[in-house]
Amino acid sequence: MRVVIAEDLFLLRDGLTRMLAAHGLDVTAAVDNGEDLLKALTGGSPGDPAGGPPDVAVVDVRLPPTFTDEGLRAALAARREIPGLPVLVLSQYVEQLYARELLAEGRGGIGYLLKDRVFDSRQFVDAVRRVAAGGTAMDPEVIARLLASNSGDDAISTLSPREREVLALMAEGRSNAAIAQRLTVTERAVAKHTASIFLKLRLQPSDDDNRRVLAVLAYLGR
Amino acid sequence: MSEAATAMAGRRPVRAGVRGGITATGQGLAFAGLAAAQLGLLLLLLFLLSLLGLAVVALLGNHGISVRQHAVLALVLLAAGLVVGRLAAVPSLLGLRNLARLTRRLVGDWAGVSVAESYRSLPSGSQPPFHERLYWLISDPATQRDLVWSAVDVVFGWLIAALPAIAIVTGFLLTGSGLGRRSGSSSSSAVVSAKPGAVGLPNVPTAVSHTHSAGAPLEVLFGLTLVCLGVAVAPWLLRGYTGLARTLLAPTGQAELAQRVHHLTQTRIETIDSGAAEIRRIERDLHDGAQARLVAVGMTLGAAEDLIGTRPDAARALLTEARASSALALAELRALVRGIHPPVLADRGLADAIRALALDSGLRVEVAADLPGRPPPPVESAAYFAVCELLANVSKHAGTRQAWIDLRHERGMLRVDVVDDGSGGADPTGGTGLRGIERRVAAFDGILALNSPAGGPTVATMEIPCALSSPKTSSY
Repeated sequence: MRVVIAEDLFLLRDGLTRMLAAHGLDVTAAVDNGEDLLKALTGGSPGDPAGGPPDVAVVDVRLPPTFTDEGLRAALAARREIPGLPVLVLSQYVEQLYARELLAEGRGGIGYLLKDRVFDSRQFVDAVRRVAAGGTAMDPEVIARLLASNSGDDAISTLSPREREVLALMAEGRSNAAIAQRLTVTERAVAKHTASIFLKLRLQPSDDDNRRVLAVLAYLGR
Repeated sequence: MSEAATAMAGRRPVRAGVRGGITATGQGLAFAGLAAAQLGLLLLLLFLLSLLGLAVVALLGNHGISVRQHAVLALVLLAAGLVVGRLAAVPSLLGLRNLARLTRRLVGDWAGVSVAESYRSLPSGSQPPFHERLYWLISDPATQRDLVWSAVDVVFGWLIAALPAIAIVTGFLLTGSGLGRRSGSSSSSAVVSAKPGAVGLPNVPTAVSHTHSAGAPLEVLFGLTLVCLGVAVAPWLLRGYTGLARTLLAPTGQAELAQRVHHLTQTRIETIDSGAAEIRRIERDLHDGAQARLVAVGMTLGAAEDLIGTRPDAARALLTEARASSALALAELRALVRGIHPPVLADRGLADAIRALALDSGLRVEVAADLPGRPPPPVESAAYFAVCELLANVSKHAGTRQAWIDLRHERGMLRVDVVDDGSGGADPTGGTGLRGIERRVAAFDGILALNSPAGGPTVATMEIPCALSSPKTSSY
C-alpha cells in the first residue's frame, strides 16, 4: 500500500515513516509543505516510479508556508480533483468545523485524528488501512463534540446508554466486529443495537459498514 | 385638478413652516423652563455664599456692637452657612449638572447637533465623604463651564428661547383686546355723544370714538403680525439658542484631550493588568499541569528502564502508564492553547473561528459574516473571546438554545451582534464577564452595548474601530 506523508516537523515525519514502514506500508513520499503535498497527491512525486496518486495520504493540518490550515486545504483540493482520494488528517486539535468540511462531500476515505493517536501504533495503522479502504476514522473527541452539539436532539435522547456508546464507536468508523471487541460483547449484540439505533434515528439500515458510518455522521453533522 | 394640486403644493411648505415654528416655540419654552430651574439652583448657591460672606462681614465690620456680639453673629451665620452648605451644595451642583446634561441631550435631539460631555468620573469608592465629593465637583473644569452656562442662560439665554412664545402670547392678547374694544366702540361713542353739553368739549368724544374705531384694527393687525412674526422667527431663535448652548456646554479642546488621556491611561492600566494576570494563569496551569505530568512521565520511564531486565511485565505496565500520562499532558496543553489563541482563529480568521465556536457551544447558532478582509490579530482575538463569553452567557442564563451572530465591517468599525430569543434581563453591572468584555474591547476604543429587556430578546452589540487587511488569496 502506497502512502504519502505530509508533516513539517522532522521528528514526527521520520517517526511516522518508520512506524508505517514497520507495519508493511510503503511510504512513497514524505513532504513538509502544502504545495509539495498537492503535487504528491495529484501528480505523483518525482521520486515515485509508480507515479499516480497514492492509496492513502497522512496529512498534518498545519503546514508551511502559511502555518495555518494549509494541509487541510491541500487535502480538500486534492479530493476535489480526485474524488474519494483517501486522506487521513492529523492535528494537534480537532475542530467540528474541519470535520464537517471533510465530511461535507458525503464520501468515505476520510480520517481526522488527534496526533496523540499515533502513540498506539496498532490502532493508528488500523485507522490508516481503514481510510485507505474507503472507510472513515474520526477521532473520539470529534465524535464526543458532535454528540454534545446534538444533545438537544430528541431522537438521540431516546437512545439507551449502551446504544449511545455503540453510536459513538460507529461514528468513529469502526466495524461491528471492532465495536464488539471494544465493548466485549458479541457481534450479534452489536448488530441488534445498531438496528435499534437506525430505527430510532429513522436512518436507512445498510449492511455496508462504510455507508452506515457515513449515514450516522451525516445525521450528527446536520 | 392641477390648479388645486399647485395650490396644495404651494401651501404645503407654508404649513410645514408654521408647524416648525410652533414646534420651535414649544421647544424654546422648554429651554426657558430649564433656565427657570437653573435660576432656582443658582439662587440657592448664591444664598449659601452670601451666608458665608455675611459671616465674614459680621466678624470684620463695625456695627457699633460689642466684640462678643460680633463673634456670636459671625458664628451663627457661619453655622447656618455650613449646615445649608452641607445639605445643599453637592445636590444643587449636581442638579445644575443634570440640567446641563438634559440641555445637551435636548440640543442633540432637537437641533441635531450632539454636544459632548467631559465630566471627571467620581473618585473610587461608592460613597466618598462629603468634602471629596464637593472637591470633585468644584475642581472639575466642566462644572465651572456649567456654571458659566447657567449664569448666561439665566441672565439672557432664556429670553432668546422664550421670545417667540412671548411674542405670540402678546400678539394674541393684543388681537383679543382689539377685537373686544371694536365690538364695544359703537356703544361707547353713542353714550358719549348723547350728552355732549355735559362735558363741554363736544369735539373730544368724537375724537375718542374715532381713535377707538381706528385703533382697534391697528391693534388686531399689530397683534396678528406679532403672532406671525413669533412663529416665523422661532426656528431661527431656537437655532441661535442651541448654538449658544453648544458653544458654552461643549468641552473645550483641552478638556477633550484630558478626557482622552484619562481614558487611555485607564484602559492601558487595565490591559496591562489583565495581560499580567493571564500570563500568571498560564504559568500556573503549565506548572501544575503539563510540566508536572512530564516529570511523572520521566520518572515512570526511569523506573521502567530499571525494571526492564528483571521484571519485563512490570516495566511494560509502567510504559503504558507513561504513555497515558503523556496523552494527558497533551490534552492539558491543548486546552491551554485554546484559551490563549484558538487554532481556527489562527488558521482561518474571525468568521470561521466564530463558526467553530458556535458549533461547540451546544446552542443552535446562525452565523452571518460579511468581512471582506481580516481585522488586526489583537482585534480578532478580543472579538472572539467576547463572543465566547456572550455565547456562554446565553447558554447559562438566557434559557434558550437559539442565537444569532452577525459579523460585519462598516464605517471603519468591526460590528458584532449576538442576539438570543431568551428571557432577557441581563445586567452588565451584575457579572464580571460582561465587564471583562467591556474592558477588553475598550482597549481598542471599542464599545459593548447591551439591550436586554425583561422577557427578551437580548441584543449585545460590539463595535471596534479597525481597518481590514486585504483578504489572503488561497493557492488552492
